[in-house]
Amino acid sequence: MNFGLRPLGGEKLWVLLLLGPTLLGLVLGAFGSIFATLGLSFFRWDLLTTPEWAGLDNYLGLVGDRMFLRSLSNTIIFSLLYVPLTIVCAMAVALLLNRRIYGASLFRTLYFLPVISSPTAVGLLWTWIFAQDHGLLNGLLGSVGLSPVRWLGPSMALYSVVVVNVWGAIGEGMIIFLAGLQAIPREQVEAAHLDGANAVQRLFYVILPAMAPSLFFQSVLSTIHAFQAFDYIYILTRVGNGNSSVPTLVFSIYRNGFRFFRMGDATAQAIVLTAIIFLFTLVYFRIQKRWEVPA
Amino acid sequence: MIRIEPAPWESRWPDRLAMLALLIGAIAMVGPFVCMLSTSLKLPEDQYARGLIPPVVTFKNYAKVFEIMSFQTLLWNSIKIALISTFGQLLTCSMAAFVFAIVKFPGRHALFVLLLVTLMVPQQITAIPQFIMFKWLGLYGTQAPLYLPSFLGGAFGVFLMRQYFLTIPIELAEAARIDGASLMTIYWKIYLPLAKPALAAFAIFAFLFSWNDLFTALIYLPSDLEKTTLPVGLALFQVQFAGKWTLMMAAVLVSVAPIMVAFFLAQKHFIEGVALSGLK
Repeated sequence: MNFGLRPLGGEKLWVLLLLGPTLLGLVLGAFGSIFATLGLSFFRWDLLTTPEWAGLDNYLGLVGDRMFLRSLSNTIIFSLLYVPLTIVCAMAVALLLNRRIYGASLFRTLYFLPVISSPTAVGLLWTWIFAQDHGLLNGLLGSVGLSPVRWLGPSMALYSVVVVNVWGAIGEGMIIFLAGLQAIPREQVEAAHLDGANAVQRLFYVILPAMAPSLFFQSVLSTIHAFQAFDYIYILTRVGNGNSSVPTLVFSIYRNGFRFFRMGDATAQAIVLTAIIFLFTLVYFRIQKRWEVPA
Repeated sequence: MIRIEPAPWESRWPDRLAMLALLIGAIAMVGPFVCMLSTSLKLPEDQYARGLIPPVVTFKNYAKVFEIMSFQTLLWNSIKIALISTFGQLLTCSMAAFVFAIVKFPGRHALFVLLLVTLMVPQQITAIPQFIMFKWLGLYGTQAPLYLPSFLGGAFGVFLMRQYFLTIPIELAEAARIDGASLMTIYWKIYLPLAKPALAAFAIFAFLFSWNDLFTALIYLPSDLEKTTLPVGLALFQVQFAGKWTLMMAAVLVSVAPIMVAFFLAQKHFIEGVALSGLK
């Protein structure tokens, strides 16, 4: 970054002013919050009485906290299903749309609709689809003679929630991948074809490697989304008293922090969540580096 | 959109299969919305009636939703908060992005990387300290916590706007500089007007983000129907009117419709925005 203009004399103040809000956001928002959250995680505090030093108790407590362990395992299972499913579906749609198809732009619009719709509103719509008695999906099953399924019951809810989240995210990945696909030079694909590569070989040896940067970008983004998924889960699975039948980490943070005001527990869980996100991002960066070397 | 022309050796049947797959996918994408529309037009006693076409078409559900929920208050709150947030984001993100894109200063690169790292910091990390701060400031229970943070920039917006500013030839700024223009003039008179497409795309993101935000509204305005936003209203509605699907679908439709209309009108900007955010 050597390009650009140098600020003259008094303009330094203006530069500071332009950057000011963002700098304040960095200090107060992101970095200040990390330290504040980290600090709070060593205290017991209900916002009313004075904070009490707890050392590592909040973290040690998590190990024996069954609700937390359940939400941790739910979050991990959710992410392991959500990320690959979203990437594969979005890539498939992008590849299909990249052919000469009548009405490609109409398809693109339709696939993008779930992305712009409020997850809370659409979540309500999905509770109607998944409703046990007379719900739309069970009605459909009934009309072909199958027995109803408890889509939001204990054994299915996690998977139903994954489906809805993937449904809501395909459109976004599709657009990113389409942009990537259209940047691949046509000659490269044609050359591979002339060299005798079949469609599958062209896909795996020419198209997907060329898509590595957008695949990487989208994987990181999807993972961050997965670990923070909240809205659909809140609407689809909540039960009384701020609980959920499929609690995830974010749900558990919300419940502890903002329903019960157990700030120590909530911050400790937020730190764990952040650590996991950083860890995954690090793994992706490692994989990307390895991928880039042979080319 | 650029289409790839068929090569002469390619047969047509893969295209037909592709079409079929896309159609099935499209039904999965749009089907739920069609069901929503259909249910919202049915009489309450017909809510379990099979078939997409209502036996009797009624618009009473919509009228009723506005009656029982003070829906117009919720709508207005959501619009107001989303507009203020969008303004804050456009202003502060474009300001910082301009500096990162064209002003030389020591530590520019390091600061930008630092900013990008915050993309990975989950909302839940900032939520708790922010909550304590707003409570201490006496702003808990007001709408301020929902829009004030938008005036502090943000990694995503700065990144997106900077990406676009970098595509504007630096010679323009240099020429203006020779003519004696100040940095503020270059920002306000040259860069902002030229970045209209990016501003439009980013405005859509910022608006949607605020409009759809359930988590923050749930924290600060969990039950005050006079002040809270549409998502929280819908969540309360869900409990209060459980099982009354015709009403619920009407409420859902009313809250999705404004964004959908905007989407159909300004589709190009929506999709450009996503593609822009994916640029490396």
